Amino acid sequence: MQSSAHTAGATPGVPRLAHHFASLEVQNHAARLGMWLFLSTEILLFAGLFVCYGCYRYLFPDAFAAASRHLDLTLGTVNTVVLITSSLTAALAVHYAKEGKSKLVAWMFILTIAMACAFLVIKGFEYSHKFHEGALPGRHYRMEAVQLPGAPLYFSIYFLATGLHAFHVIVGMSVLVWLTIKALREQNFGPNNYTAVELGSMYWHLVDLVWIFLFPLLYLI
Amino acid sequence: MNPSSSTTAEGVLPAHDAPDAHHDHHHPSYLVDGTTIKSWLLTVDHKRIALMFLVWILLFFLVGGIFAMLIRIELLTPGPTIMDAMTYNRMFTLHGMVMIFLFMIPAIPAVFGNFMLPLMLGAKDVAFPRLNLASFYIYLFGAGLALWGMINGGLDTGWTFYTPYSTHTTTTVAPVLFGAFIIGFSSIATGLNFIVTVHTMRAPGITWFKLPLFVWAIYATSCIQVLATPVIGLLLAIVTGEQFFQFGLFDPARGGDPVLFQHLFWFYSHPAVYIMVLPSFGVMSEVVATYSRKNVFGYRAVAYSSLGIAFVGFFVWGHHMFVSGQSTFDAGVFGVLTMLVGIFTAIKVFNWVGTVYKGAVDFKTPFAYFCGFLFFTVFGGMTGIAVATTSLDVHWHDTYFVVAHFHFIMVGATVMAFLASLHYWFPKMFGKTYHEGWGLVAAAFIILGFNATFIPQFLLGNYGMPRRYFEYPERYQALHVASTAGSSLLAFGFIIIAVYLTYSLAYGKASGKNPWRSKGYEWISESPPPTHNFVGPQPTFPEEPHLYVDPKKAEVPNAV
Ligand code: HEM
Ligand SMILES: [Cu+2]
Repeated sequence: MQSSAHTAGATPGVPRLAHHFASLEVQNHAARLGMWLFLSTEILLFAGLFVCYGCYRYLFPDAFAAASRHLDLTLGTVNTVVLITSSLTAALAVHYAKEGKSKLVAWMFILTIAMACAFLVIKGFEYSHKFHEGALPGRHYRMEAVQLPGAPLYFSIYFLATGLHAFHVIVGMSVLVWLTIKALREQNFGPNNYTAVELGSMYWHLVDLVWIFLFPLLYLI
Repeated sequence: MNPSSSTTAEGVLPAHDAPDAHHDHHHPSYLVDGTTIKSWLLTVDHKRIALMFLVWILLFFLVGGIFAMLIRIELLTPGPTIMDAMTYNRMFTLHGMVMIFLFMIPAIPAVFGNFMLPLMLGAKDVAFPRLNLASFYIYLFGAGLALWGMINGGLDTGWTFYTPYSTHTTTTVAPVLFGAFIIGFSSIATGLNFIVTVHTMRAPGITWFKLPLFVWAIYATSCIQVLATPVIGLLLAIVTGEQFFQFGLFDPARGGDPVLFQHLFWFYSHPAVYIMVLPSFGVMSEVVATYSRKNVFGYRAVAYSSLGIAFVGFFVWGHHMFVSGQSTFDAGVFGVLTMLVGIFTAIKVFNWVGTVYKGAVDFKTPFAYFCGFLFFTVFGGMTGIAVATTSLDVHWHDTYFVVAHFHFIMVGATVMAFLASLHYWFPKMFGKTYHEGWGLVAAAFIILGFNATFIPQFLLGNYGMPRRYFEYPERYQALHVASTAGSSLLAFGFIIIAVYLTYSLAYGKASGKNPWRSKGYEWISESPPPTHNFVGPQPTFPEEPHLYVDPKKAEVPNAV
């Protein structure tokens, strides 16, 4: 477990203890608890969207089924694989941070960020394809292929959910970029000092997790 | 007892910090430790952040109050009095928005929670001081945006933003909604910070069942803030999007369902009423213990009932939608669940009354507010049970009866508690005393004014006066005039308070460390406390808070 070193951060591998905490254990525990709470608010945010999805799917089952068949299943699947893999590299970063291998931490995050970029590029292709087809939300909907009431709502939810998710991807990437710079510059991660890496990765897992819910709801069923 | 002993009522402090030690010049109070503007604006000290919140919250309370008075003046006569219908719509929206989002939700947690929580836990600060500061600026930014939107174009939907009207109105909805959305983040940040603080920063000796009841209440409130706010965040974001992109999710013309909006809205906004009222329950537990010189009767029941209210609060939102086409079965279920809230509240009320019983009551200003609070909570809560009864609510829904109900419980309880906190903790925060006589006079004005304002509204509602109307038939006038007269008394009470508290800030006598001779934990440190709350090592807390030996003797070792 964590060391309870009370001295401040000159020693490599030991983070600075803020004046108001009793010990490093407590400080790290607080950081982790805070992150868990924050992640639960993120899940609740998406939960609201899932509720909307559930209601409208119930109201317009045919339109939703028809509209979802117009998403590109291949691109969606590729994206899912990309994102799950990126979660793996993020988890490895934590592993290396615990062992004090800051270089490898940086590499793992660079890989994660690269996959995040790939995800966004693929998403971009999907979006432009949708724009082209006229599969747009609400009033702007003009796709010939599916003309059922409720189809515009499907795409409203599609764009809301994937847009909000993409926003989270971007936020997550910024966090990871910051951590990468930290890993390269300070190189002082270690068994007592990996909380920042851990929290960043946790956030990334959330981004992944949300997608794992969105993918079947939007593409598969 | 040895006068130089270092043992205070509950806390054991190092000798040089004994209660009767001279003022220690190496540890100035948080008020004077750094006097530049920057040292305030960039502070991470929870006490300074609390004060900055206090300033702005009072300002917004004033703004909301001015709009309330304009509304009451408009309703003095049956026809148009001082404004046109559209202005009136904007006026009550502005009033509701400002009062709910800018005053009542943050009032007690952000000001008194922020200030007292670390002190009550024997901690030097909250867990995330910088997040705390961020939460303040997020609040200010959101408030600024919302107010800017309301001035430029003005929202006329009421604070509930019901769709489809709010997605079609020509007034400026987007910046106001977005402002409320941003304020939500501030609320989440504060709640999250408090939860982590309570979990990780309790001083040695403070077990969960030695926590002051105020901490329990703030903790329960924080849980609601964290769990409910994201949902309204999403909702406000969608409605803003509806304006720009016509998503159609809540627009029946596009197949959307406006009732879904109401579900999501009340899923937050019903728990939000507990965000407003639970902290007041916490304040009152402290006040009643201090001024009755007894520990709160049924401490555990009071603590658990806060969590109980927080929990069932999530399952009762449907009582706002009895007339929205809900099935009779759903309405019945929501009605019964709603009544559970009444049971939990009753547990508290009975325990407070049990605390006063055979206590040595010291009838100071905060205690006067406690009495008012007890009345408003019982009366407001009982009318809550009444409106939770479907058959009755169909008659009262969207009438002044509901307006009176929620003002009684929400505004009545919160404002009583806010004023009680302001007076009870004034010496703690500023080290000054105020004039007790004026305090009681103002309390009398406020409590009477409140009753005079809202009791006529119960009657109005029962006779059929709908809410949010700017004209009305002649026969309602007498009651409206009574209500407006009552609100003037209320306003006058606030003016008195503003005058004597400002005066006391400048010229008040030094209060000493613990003027109420309270055994609450927060009185262990100096008044006003030094920057890191305690001088020397962290104090330990061998006793429960408010463990008064014999109420009648009223002897407390750490008296002034
Ligand atoms: C604890 C503090 C409480 C606060 C701050 C509060 C606040 C409110 C507010 C703001 C409304 C108006 C909603 C609207 O604009 O439609 C309302 C309505 C209502 N409240 Fe409360 N309330 C509280 C307690 C209770 C309790 C204890 C009950 C029942 C036991 C209750 C039952 C109801 C019902 C049934 C309505 C809906 C009435 C209608 O819309 O026709 N409330 N409350
Ligand atoms: Cu409610």
